[in-house]
Amino acid sequence: MNVPATYIHFTSWLQISVANLIVILVMIALFTIALLTPFPGSNTKGSHKSGDHK
Amino acid sequence: MSSELDTKTESTMWTAKLRNSWQRNLPIDKLLPDTQPAYVASWIYIFGVLTIAAFGDIIVSGLILSFAGPAWYHTSSLGLFVNSLHFWGVQLFFVFMVVHLWGKFWMAAWRGGRFRTWLTGIVAFLASIGTAFTGYLIQTNFDSQWIAYEAKDGFNAVGIGAFFTPTNIGQIMLIHVALLPLVLGVITVWHVLLVRKNGVVPPMDAAPEGGN
Repeated sequence: MNVPATYIHFTSWLQISVANLIVILVMIALFTIALLTPFPGSNTKGSHKSGDHK
Repeated sequence: MSSELDTKTESTMWTAKLRNSWQRNLPIDKLLPDTQPAYVASWIYIFGVLTIAAFGDIIVSGLILSFAGPAWYHTSSLGLFVNSLHFWGVQLFFVFMVVHLWGKFWMAAWRGGRFRTWLTGIVAFLASIGTAFTGYLIQTNFDSQWIAYEAKDGFNAVGIGAFFTPTNIGQIMLIHVALLPLVLGVITVWHVLLVRKNGVVPPMDAAPEGGN
């Protein structure tokens, strides 16, 4: 904080700060992990008492 | 009061109309459910509540910061810690909200009459950006000064500098600590109530209700 950010210059018109790039990569990683990782006890419960399909 | 009087006034009193509408659309078992559909057992469904948890951290730490003031949170170790709780709470809030947004976008969460749920989420996202921006403006450091003086040119260029001035710390402070948290809190409650009313959107291949 309170210091200039470090930037990555991909081309003359495309640049991004390292901090922003890290945040974007973390979000993509979280999204991917959330989709691929099995949720505990999610396989055969079948508790379809939803009440949300009204 | 007799029940006769109750039934006579039910159709005309706004309180009765509101009560009837609430009971019809959001009965208590839908408001406070103890089960969820099987498809909700996925990590992608937890990012909404994680966003709300981060929002809670932001509100609590923000209240402490506002009571103690910048002289405290810039100098004392406890103040710096609470300031960091507030800052990193915001980072987590946005990370969780964006993952929540991606998840809902790719499962087309506006299906099945859930357009208002989607819309309130979008408005909450936009309000969050405004709240974060005003927060960066009131850090009371050189960073906030630089942001304010860069931003004012942009706001002046689009003609709203007379109403919203990033360099006016009194205005920005009040917008950040009073107006926008209130707006964001109301939209969030509305968003959650709509989720309770319409239910969590099912995956695309499990949707029995069709799309729109």
